[in-house]
Amino acid sequence: MEVTESWYLVLGALLFIIGGTGLLIRRNPLVMLMCVELMLNGVNLTFVAFSRMYSDIRGQTVVFFVLVVAAAEVVVGLGLVVAILRRQPEATADDLNVLKG
Amino acid sequence: MVDTIVFIIAAIICLSGAFGVILVKNPVHAALMLVMTLFGIAVQFVALEAHFLAAVQVIVYAGAIVVLFLFVIMLLGIDVSQKLDIGAMKSQKIAAFGFAGAGLAILGFLINRVDNAATGRPPVGGAINDQTANVSQLAGSLFDDYVYAFELTSVLLVIAVIGAVVLARKPTQAQLEAGAEPEGSDA
Amino acid sequence: MLELVWLIPAFPLVGFLILLVGGRVLGEPRAGWLATLMSAGSFAATLVVFAGVLREDGEDREFQQVLFDWLPVGNLSVEAGFLVDPLSITMALFVTGVGSLIHLYSVGYMHNDPKYSKFFVYLNLFLFSMLMLVLGNNLVVTFLGWEGVGVCSYFLISFWHTRESAAVAGKKAFVTNRVGDWGFMLAVFLIWGSLHTVTYTEINASAGALSNTTATAISLMLLIAAAGKSAQLPLYVWLPDAMEGPTPVSAMVHAATMVTSGIYLLVRMNYVLTEDALLIIAIVGAATALFAALVAVAQHDIKRVLAYSTVSQLGYMFLAIGSGAYVAAIFHVITHAFFKALLFLGSGSVIHGMNDEQDMRYMGALRKAMPITAATFIVGWLAIAGVPPFSGFWSKDEILLAAYEQPDIGWLLWAVGLFTALLTAYYMSRQVFLVFYGESRWNDPRPEGVEGPDAEVHPHESPWTMWAPLAVLALAAMVGGALNLPVVGDWLVLEHFLEPVLAHPHHFTSGTSTKILLAIIAVAAGLIGIAFAAHVWLRRKMDSSRLEPKFLEDAMYVDATYAKVAGGPGTKGFGLAATFDRVIVDGAVNCAGRLVRKAGELIQPAQSGFVRQYAIGVAIGGIAIVVWLLSGTV
Repeated sequence: MEVTESWYLVLGALLFIIGGTGLLIRRNPLVMLMCVELMLNGVNLTFVAFSRMYSDIRGQTVVFFVLVVAAAEVVVGLGLVVAILRRQPEATADDLNVLKG
Repeated sequence: MVDTIVFIIAAIICLSGAFGVILVKNPVHAALMLVMTLFGIAVQFVALEAHFLAAVQVIVYAGAIVVLFLFVIMLLGIDVSQKLDIGAMKSQKIAAFGFAGAGLAILGFLINRVDNAATGRPPVGGAINDQTANVSQLAGSLFDDYVYAFELTSVLLVIAVIGAVVLARKPTQAQLEAGAEPEGSDA
Repeated sequence: MLELVWLIPAFPLVGFLILLVGGRVLGEPRAGWLATLMSAGSFAATLVVFAGVLREDGEDREFQQVLFDWLPVGNLSVEAGFLVDPLSITMALFVTGVGSLIHLYSVGYMHNDPKYSKFFVYLNLFLFSMLMLVLGNNLVVTFLGWEGVGVCSYFLISFWHTRESAAVAGKKAFVTNRVGDWGFMLAVFLIWGSLHTVTYTEINASAGALSNTTATAISLMLLIAAAGKSAQLPLYVWLPDAMEGPTPVSAMVHAATMVTSGIYLLVRMNYVLTEDALLIIAIVGAATALFAALVAVAQHDIKRVLAYSTVSQLGYMFLAIGSGAYVAAIFHVITHAFFKALLFLGSGSVIHGMNDEQDMRYMGALRKAMPITAATFIVGWLAIAGVPPFSGFWSKDEILLAAYEQPDIGWLLWAVGLFTALLTAYYMSRQVFLVFYGESRWNDPRPEGVEGPDAEVHPHESPWTMWAPLAVLALAAMVGGALNLPVVGDWLVLEHFLEPVLAHPHHFTSGTSTKILLAIIAVAAGLIGIAFAAHVWLRRKMDSSRLEPKFLEDAMYVDATYAKVAGGPGTKGFGLAATFDRVIVDGAVNCAGRLVRKAGELIQPAQSGFVRQYAIGVAIGGIAIVVWLLSGTV
């Protein structure tokens, strides 16, 4: 059977869902960041699929920007993780509730 | 025919990698699973004729970001396996699976109802011309139409780097003696 | 020349501003001279505008000058403007004229007072407010002046505020006036509600459209306002106590100008006044006149006699208005301004010369010591007693004639007016005889508890700044009757001058013989009063204590009754209102605040600090939005 663009969309959606679930389940901050990366990749795939579908190059431009922003986000996120975990090596996401209230 | 096979193999790689990320206990293993997924995605990009993005995906994502992850893991020495239990909130697991279920339900609904999940808007500008190379078209879009956004992202990167440097610096001796504020939680 | 009308209030306003900032720097007596100069400048401007008015014909004597649009609010458009017509220019003439004389008098009277310059600040402000009152072209500008004179009279009455009685008197005046102001405001609201304008010319043009009930209601509200300002029953109580202020204040505010603003208001609004309202106005006026005259009979303070006399004469003016004789009322306003100001300033001269003694029982034989004061005072006395040919006779006679001709109860009103005239002659003569004739009782021993003089009292004549105004006013009191002589041919100058202002110009219906007869009876009543007073007080032929019963001396206990009502049930009512405000109104506001806080506290657990919980929230929200979007496409 023919691989239509909608298959890619389904794949992207599945990646997104898996990433989201992982984000909600895991407690290790690093793994949570990785799950976020998963979600972003799912989205990227969707964008490129649409770009192909509509013959519009701008879908790929968006992916380019998503990539850049994801990189920046990872950089900062990891910096935070380093700063936190250096103090408390066993810290999980649940322990970081200073902003309560 | 070939397309289908390629797609299916790549899809399997992606999905198994994704499941691996969320299920394995060792963070290092999780990172490697992520790399697998990223490669799968790159293959899909090529299949969708986004060649430049595929290359960028491998170089930037797999080559830089995941490496960064591994650096941090090694630096902090948390490569030991972690327990996967729930922790503070029991409802978390239920909520997570609820989210997954809802997402799948929506997906199924969409697949069922809409054959070609299209919204029917024709492209305005930026139309892909099959004659010129993908890179040049992408470059044209990026540097002609969205050059401001492009410049802003470069600024963003600089800021991110500066931020990371500031965040991750070890406190100096003076700050330690003066009883510097712990940046983090109270356990 | 008519365009210069804005100069008239501008002079005292400038004086007020200069003295406000630099009064103490100018010091005594320059501050006083500046204020007097400004007042005189205002008078000069009034004369110029008056000349301009005279040049126009009778019907064209109406000129409006709008300075700016003051309150353009929706349908209501209130201008800040002036109206120059015979009525307003007449009022402005004697307000500025008498006012200037009183300013001059004050230069001498307030000598050595520590708050000298502040006095003139208030006087100039008062003059400005009064001029805005009479020159305004709509009810709101008049109200501005109305409130202004009320405030200034409060300042001036309690000028020596360290004396508690003065401070209390000031407050009393202000509060009682406020009741009148309430009436004024209601009248303005009613007028605007029914006629949709507040400008006098427009009101007069459309007054016919008012229903009788509305017009009567408006008239009664205006009566309340006038009764407050012009001290009629039952709102007269502030005026006797207002004598706590310096005597120039009593002369200016309470004799010549401010108290006449009520009369002015009623005459200005004559188009709106209905027959029924006029009857009530006449009754109020007559009752007040009689009441005040009775009380004046038993007063010992030289200024209090004059205060009640003022209330009584104001009652006459209301009686005139109620009988439809607006011109007679204005005529009496003018003559009263002359002779009452004269009497007050004269009494001030006496007080000044007697080292601040005000009790007439310790005066006497001042004729030789203070000749000019005595002579001018006697002129004022004869004028108020209604002895021809002094001015008071002509105006009072016209009022009595109008009262006699009142269709419903004219005979009763006339009888009351006549008896009051007799009383007036009696108590004023009593005052003159006690103060200027007889033996000197200056250094008589005072009864227990009453403060006597510090040293031997040697009364002396006052400086020229004080007796010069007295002389001018005496002259005016003598010849002022020429404004409106009824009998000699057609010398009704004032009548013709004011005719364009009135809706129904009053024409006397009695024959000449009736007029002469009534005049003779009035004069006779005056002479009887004088003779009786001479019998008792001059020749000491009769025991006087029965003629001064405590009942009258305490003003028929009106003040005490007010105090009991306000103190007892009144205070309870106020307490209720305060409790209502505190519990219900404040409570509602506080409740709203508490509600918000409770709501906040309810939502607080959502901020647990757990990142993953927030992530769940985001996920749920995202799913919900997607579902909602999809449901639209189903």
